[in-house]
Amino acid sequence: MGRSFGTGEFLFLLKAIPWTLALSLGALVGGGVLGIVIALLRTAPARPLRWLTTGYIELFQGTPVLMQLFVVYYGLAVLFNIQVGAWPAVLLAFTLYSGAFLGEIWRGSIQAIPRPQWEAASCLSLSFPQQLWYVILPQAARISIPPTVGFMVQLIKSTSIAAIIGFVELTRAGQLMTNTTFKPMIVYPIVAALYFILCWPLSLLAQRLERRIDAHLGVKKHF
Amino acid sequence: MPILALRNISKRFGAHRVLDDVSLAIEPGEVVAIIGRSGSGKSTLLRCINGLERPDSGTIEFAGEAFTPTRRRLRALRRDIGIVFQSYNLFPHLSVERNVTLGPTAAKGVKPDAAAALARKVLRMVDLEDKIAAYPGQLSGGQQQRVAIARALAMEPRLILFDEITAALDAELIGEVIRVLERLAKDGMTMVLVTHEMGFARRSADRILFMHQGRIWEEGPPAKLFNAPQTAELASFIDAVLSVDPTARRLDRFHADAGIAL
Repeated sequence: MGRSFGTGEFLFLLKAIPWTLALSLGALVGGGVLGIVIALLRTAPARPLRWLTTGYIELFQGTPVLMQLFVVYYGLAVLFNIQVGAWPAVLLAFTLYSGAFLGEIWRGSIQAIPRPQWEAASCLSLSFPQQLWYVILPQAARISIPPTVGFMVQLIKSTSIAAIIGFVELTRAGQLMTNTTFKPMIVYPIVAALYFILCWPLSLLAQRLERRIDAHLGVKKHF
Repeated sequence: MPILALRNISKRFGAHRVLDDVSLAIEPGEVVAIIGRSGSGKSTLLRCINGLERPDSGTIEFAGEAFTPTRRRLRALRRDIGIVFQSYNLFPHLSVERNVTLGPTAAKGVKPDAAAALARKVLRMVDLEDKIAAYPGQLSGGQQQRVAIARALAMEPRLILFDEITAALDAELIGEVIRVLERLAKDGMTMVLVTHEMGFARRSADRILFMHQGRIWEEGPPAKLFNAPQTAELASFIDAVLSVDPTARRLDRFHADAGIAL
């Protein structure tokens, strides 16, 4: 028999949460920057750029994030003889992964703005960047908030995959505690509960934002 | 010298010839109403004037300068030519004031103070000064369309295009928009309107263009066109507008207007 699951073990799990959050937040920021670039290029007139970004999105949405992580962690080492540590590897993999999804969410939001809005803006003699900045992006941003927050929930849960290459975040901490206590039926429900506590407020936030945006844009439901 | 001259404009959408060798000159201060059945090319013609559609052939001259479809030239042109759309197309996330001041501040570099004064001025012209802080979603269709007119006016254009701007409005809201149009016409604004409001066309237009199958089929002053159509197509169109129109209201108003004009 191993150790019993006590306060020390519980604290060990809690201390792993910042790493889960750091990875999620890092991927969100990096993926966010990448996503904006992708969304803009995907809606841009230049065809090669559109193909390139479309290929990127198809690749990252069509393959498991675990494989992406393996390719970054082992692939770079094998192919280019670049040794990356666990933290940079997971951060890079999840940034690329988030970039593909956020880019697609935001592209959809930009394209959801009706064409006449572009026309009206261009007929006021606004330049293309001005049309985007003053008219299209503020409206697209509002549309995109609920699915973006929804994706954040998905991202936090997906970071558990980082455990596989030994990056100690919440799930890996759970594995370690299971190995020392041999009590998976105590440890993993607690790990799951901790994920739930991280994700649930975000889910609630997404729902609330959705309602607020409908009200703010004056979506009249009189039909 | 005409402010706007279109020469031999043609445009196809696939196999369909939407505009067929259309030529048109508009003098400063002139109010021109374009009428005709749907699909006759009216809106496309209007959209060619400010570059929303590109003709396949023909030339467009504005204020003596040939129109070339470069991005920069297009922006310059749109400082001088305003447009009001059938579906208003206000910016829903911006207040009425910001809707009106966005063009002048962003495209013409008008300072915020001057733009605010400008907003009050143009909103007064459309009787909506009290709605300056409202959002488009809080306004009726007629009010939104009047804000759209104010938005076009704020650019201080030399020509305004109106693309069936009352077609999406409930019957009781058309009058308030028409009154604004009449006021503008009287103030000497150069206007080109695609419209189904025959009463307005008759009263306020200097010239009517009847379009049919992508051509200007018949044109002239309202009294001449409505009272003595020269072509069977125009005669049947006028007939159709008067008799087929399902709303007796519009029919009545036409008769009332015609009574004044006759």
